[in-house]
Amino acid sequence: TMARVLVGVKRVIDYAVKIRVKPDKSGVVTEGVKHSMNPFDEIAVEEAIRLKEKKFATEVIAVTCGPTQSQETLRTALAMGADRGIHVEIPADDYVKTGPLQISKIFAKLAEQEKANLIILGKQAIDGDNNQTAQMTAAVLDWAQGTFASELKLEGEKLTVVREVDGGLETIDLKMPAVVSADLRLNEPRYATLPNIMKAKKKKVAKLTAKDLGVDLASSIEILEVADPPQRLAGIKVENTEELVGKLKEAGLV
Amino acid sequence: MNLARSFTALNKLLGFVQISRTCVAQSHSQPALTAETYNVKRGNYSTANASDLDAFRNIVGDNNVVTEASELQGNNVDWIKTVRGQSTVLLKPKTTTEVSRILKHCNERKLAVCPQGGNTGLVGGSVPVFDEIILSTQRMNEVISVDPFSGVMVCQAGCILEKANQDLLEHDLIVPLDLGAKGSCHLGGNISTNAGGLRLLRYGSLRGSVLGVEAVLADGTVLDCLSKLRKDNTGYDIKQLMIGSEGTLGFVTAVSILCPQKPKSVNVVFLGVDKFEDLLLLLRKAKQDLGEILSAVEFVDSDCIGLVGKHLKLVNPIGEYEFYMLIETSGSNSQHDEEKLSSFVEDIITSQLAKDGTIATDFNKMQSIWKLRESVAEALTHDGYTFKYDVSLPAHVMYDMVHDTRKHLKGLYNSVVGYGHLGDGNLHLNVTCPEYNKTIASAIEPFVYEWTAKHNGSISAEHGLGFKKRNYISYTKSKESINFMMKIKQMFDPNMILNPYKTLPGNID
Repeated sequence: TMARVLVGVKRVIDYAVKIRVKPDKSGVVTEGVKHSMNPFDEIAVEEAIRLKEKKFATEVIAVTCGPTQSQETLRTALAMGADRGIHVEIPADDYVKTGPLQISKIFAKLAEQEKANLIILGKQAIDGDNNQTAQMTAAVLDWAQGTFASELKLEGEKLTVVREVDGGLETIDLKMPAVVSADLRLNEPRYATLPNIMKAKKKKVAKLTAKDLGVDLASSIEILEVADPPQRLAGIKVENTEELVGKLKEAGLV
Repeated sequence: MNLARSFTALNKLLGFVQISRTCVAQSHSQPALTAETYNVKRGNYSTANASDLDAFRNIVGDNNVVTEASELQGNNVDWIKTVRGQSTVLLKPKTTTEVSRILKHCNERKLAVCPQGGNTGLVGGSVPVFDEIILSTQRMNEVISVDPFSGVMVCQAGCILEKANQDLLEHDLIVPLDLGAKGSCHLGGNISTNAGGLRLLRYGSLRGSVLGVEAVLADGTVLDCLSKLRKDNTGYDIKQLMIGSEGTLGFVTAVSILCPQKPKSVNVVFLGVDKFEDLLLLLRKAKQDLGEILSAVEFVDSDCIGLVGKHLKLVNPIGEYEFYMLIETSGSNSQHDEEKLSSFVEDIITSQLAKDGTIATDFNKMQSIWKLRESVAEALTHDGYTFKYDVSLPAHVMYDMVHDTRKHLKGLYNSVVGYGHLGDGNLHLNVTCPEYNKTIASAIEPFVYEWTAKHNGSISAEHGLGFKKRNYISYTKSKESINFMMKIKQMFDPNMILNPYKTLPGNID
């Protein structure tokens, strides 16, 4: 049996952009700022497409959740080679309060609906840095999970994942269906070539709402404030160890 | 490795080698001394002595007078390692006043001076030929003022281009020029050489964007033309003489530049075609469909992509083609720009004007694609000794020069590549060979200059004349204009101490 793969992609502020906090501290400035696909999601899409090219998967479905602009990210995924897209539309006001818990429920419902047996996500989004969605999705579905994947091998019902963990590399065998989260060294994503960008325009993109999937977007988390990290103060130079000790004592540190 | 290369080269050139004057200049060791490689005689200058050094120490401080040979190695050799001077003194002033006092002293003592910024020049203009005193702008790196409303930045000549850009970011401004050397080049040097670069297409030449220049003349006079005004038609525009005169008429100490707005939306497209004519058709279509947002149009040939892949491991994002084109757009509205780009791209793919291509979707990819173009010069340094030519030609004959050069140099070269600023009619023709030798040198020159002159082109579009091209100026400029250039030089610098052996032809010195 071949896999039907669901890949989650998120539209985030481009990682090269210098982030600016809004004056009212309610969040970061997104107006007129360059956005692109979350880098780890790109790696996830690339892996899914490679599985299809190697004939281990029959179909790659790209999914994104968010307001209208999120569709741009779907187009990129389709241009890379995903077969079709699903946009779960969440209005901007609700989207601010949406996090891994809600997204994981959406992915779970979609996986059931689309009869997918493999979900590949980026390990974390570079804006939230939560690193929770893949794990929560697996929990909701009660599926096996292989997170921080730096290598993926599919053989029939068995999925072998090499994980990057603190102590080094861990290899685990999972029984499908499974959720995998992609880490940096899993692969090098391809460029979307112009002929494929053209082909992508004809690929189907379905639009849904969370309500259509019966998912409640209510969140028990409220963002109180977003602030810059404290400015790093300049250090001072001292002439010798005596002066160093003196300064440390002055500061009450010894 | 060096020995093996010499033998291979020798075998290749058997029958052509002139034993008496073969100079070996491998890419990773010191090049031969300019004075021994080229036919140039030291001018009638004094030699710096102990009391000169004391005078300098008095002006800039002990730490800023460098006389240690090992410390001066880098300052005596150009970036592409083709020329080497013999200076024993490097001075590092911090203020215009210090520069003025130094030059006054040098003028009185008839000591030759070599102005040096980031030392990224490609015609040997930024390093000494003999024992000229190197006068460096490396400590003159202050940004004096930025006016966020007019966009005018005033800064010292030693500001590094890339750093100036970073400083301007907080005002949403950018420096109106960009080139591969941005991490090292100094704005003073850019202005002194009228640097062109990757965005001349969009922001024009420095002759337009530089509003003011402060320079110190040979006798120490400070010429303050440091205006911040966009329009000022009062008398002769002397700062234009400082721009592009390569440090031979004055030592630029500060500049005032009109900086454009940082674009809100940038896109990069990389295309592949198999015929040079198709590049020109694409260029025309790009101007028609993307005109007002076009910010760069560059091309590289397949050899270039091969070299950056081989020596720098850079990956080609599309298939293999004879020519590649990089188009960059910069605008104020990403939606509008993406629409324009989208319909342009659809047209060229449907009509097959471009065989293949990619649009960079994030900054990372944009930088990777730019790297393919910007790293060609570096890749060439790994390919052997490089002869660099930078010519302006009519668009339709541009690549013919590459073909003809390959034919003319058959059997003598490692690579002959063509790349450059397609949008400005500026070809970078580069020839690499195992090692420098007079055979290949005399085969290449004056062939390339004659070829250029035959098509009424410029023998140096943006690199300047420096040391290496000074004697070919007559291929592009008339005898009368060269004579007037000499008159102007004599008026500004009667003792000829500023950057001698550069820019103007040697037989007139």
